[in-house]
Amino acid sequence: MFDTKKTSFLKSVVIFALALFVLVPICILFAGSFMGADEVYEKIGPVLTDNSGRSATWFFLPEYITLRAYVELLLDSPDFFVMFWNSIRLVLPILIGQMLVAVPAAWGFAKFKFKGRKALFMVYIVLMLMPFQVTMVSNYIVLDTMHLLNTRLAVILPAIFSTFPVFIVYRFFKGIPDALLEAAAIDGAGPLETFIYIGIPVGAPGIAAAMILGFIEYWSMIEQPLTFIKDKALWPLSLYLPGSSGNQAAVALAASIMILVPPLLVFLVGQKYLERGIQAVGLKE
Amino acid sequence: MPTLGRGLRYISQNKVPLAFIAPSFIGVLIFVLVPFADVLRRSFFTATGSNFVGLSNYLNVFGNEAFKLAAGNTLKFVAVCIPALVAMSLVLALLVSGTKGVGDAAKSVFLLPLVIPAASMVLIWKLFFHNDGLLNSLTGSAFGTTVPFMASAAAFWVLTVSYLWKNMGYDMVLWMGGLSKIPLEIYEAAAVDGAGSFRRLFSITLPNLVGVLFMVIVLSLLNSFKVFREAYLVAGEYPHTSMYMLQHLFNNWFTALDIEKLSAGAVVMAIVIFILISLWMRLIGEGDD
Repeated sequence: MFDTKKTSFLKSVVIFALALFVLVPICILFAGSFMGADEVYEKIGPVLTDNSGRSATWFFLPEYITLRAYVELLLDSPDFFVMFWNSIRLVLPILIGQMLVAVPAAWGFAKFKFKGRKALFMVYIVLMLMPFQVTMVSNYIVLDTMHLLNTRLAVILPAIFSTFPVFIVYRFFKGIPDALLEAAAIDGAGPLETFIYIGIPVGAPGIAAAMILGFIEYWSMIEQPLTFIKDKALWPLSLYLPGSSGNQAAVALAASIMILVPPLLVFLVGQKYLERGIQAVGLKE
Repeated sequence: MPTLGRGLRYISQNKVPLAFIAPSFIGVLIFVLVPFADVLRRSFFTATGSNFVGLSNYLNVFGNEAFKLAAGNTLKFVAVCIPALVAMSLVLALLVSGTKGVGDAAKSVFLLPLVIPAASMVLIWKLFFHNDGLLNSLTGSAFGTTVPFMASAAAFWVLTVSYLWKNMGYDMVLWMGGLSKIPLEIYEAAAVDGAGSFRRLFSITLPNLVGVLFMVIVLSLLNSFKVFREAYLVAGEYPHTSMYMLQHLFNNWFTALDIEKLSAGAVVMAIVIFILISLWMRLIGEGDD
């Protein structure tokens, strides 16, 4: 849109500056995770002990690169592994459950007309946008009644019935032309067959978008496990708080990287779907 | 029983869509709607649920000093962050969508923070904002003074920065979706008529993005509640008063099992959010299809 050389230079400068704002903390985290314990102590140590009398030092690369922190984390930190598995044992059932429940519901909303559809879907949209703090008490009451507090199900079950994936998949199902479904009906396909053989394959990008957004959301969740699971042995990685002694700091940096690897991989593979998912929530077709 | 008969007829007439929706809706009923109705009822009763107390729980919430502090901070946070985020992400979207190649790489960079769990950044935020941290090592050498970021009103700004850092990419993608829907022909016609780039920006691009603006605002507002994650991990349950938000308050009421205030608070919050959402739905046009 802007043409001249001068404005295009200016554009690059602004993008570059904002990119630095985003990248500097990530780069420091990454570099720090490859430093030895001594270097971590020297450069980061001051923020881990009060009144050390010196201040932290800027760095963007380790003085010498070592994988020691990762080795120590992966070989000598059983806690970390427990939390890692806890995360997986929360996130996978949530995503599988969400898809089993949300995809058919999205189909029902997108491809059928019935009385009350509009009002019901309105309820779904309102629920999808409510922050956790609004539903916290009601969730607590129902989980308490079912004796599920302090179990993994206390986090898994309410999440499965989140209306967020219904809305995203709905948006994609809406885009399937009705002519395609009518053709299938003429060929004798029943509603279930139409859903399975046309709806799911054609709406697959929407399902992918919902799963990717869901993975990122639930891998980082803090409020739900913090509120409904008191037993720390069941806590997921998103509640991992690094130990504060200098020696542990090097390992904590490696742990921070390991925590972000799974969502990062999901992002690298599915960035396109992630973007479409975000836009599906916010934009009118 | 005419109502039952009508209900059965409704179900038999719509059994296909209802069958698709039923598993989801039954779960929503059990886990959200029924318990929320119970919370609504409880908000008018004492904690034991036996005595009707009218609006007194609500008056307790509004009279609560911690609530005033938290609501004030939350409002201030929203008033500062949303305009900043909306403007920054719009500039970013305009810049990034104009440049192919570099633009794609830039887009990935700006989306990155969205993917990074709050837990991964705890140490890094500490490293930046601690009294002896990286920022103070800069201000120390440049101005000879340091700012106690986490232990003064500056804590509020720490939260603001981490919110902007996290959400810039999300809003940028929303804006870009809006930009891609503006027909290119309008720009071509304008270029033929001799409209310069600034003229095109102000006469075509921005007016066409007004609809998107409201979505961006509402979604940014709802995402702003998640800033609690960073705040909680960095500063714990009782951070400096300048960053004590509604989320902290709810969390602490919960720890104290103060069901009366929690119920009334949840209802108030639900009403405020509901008003915002109604506004958003009118704009997204979900009601009229």
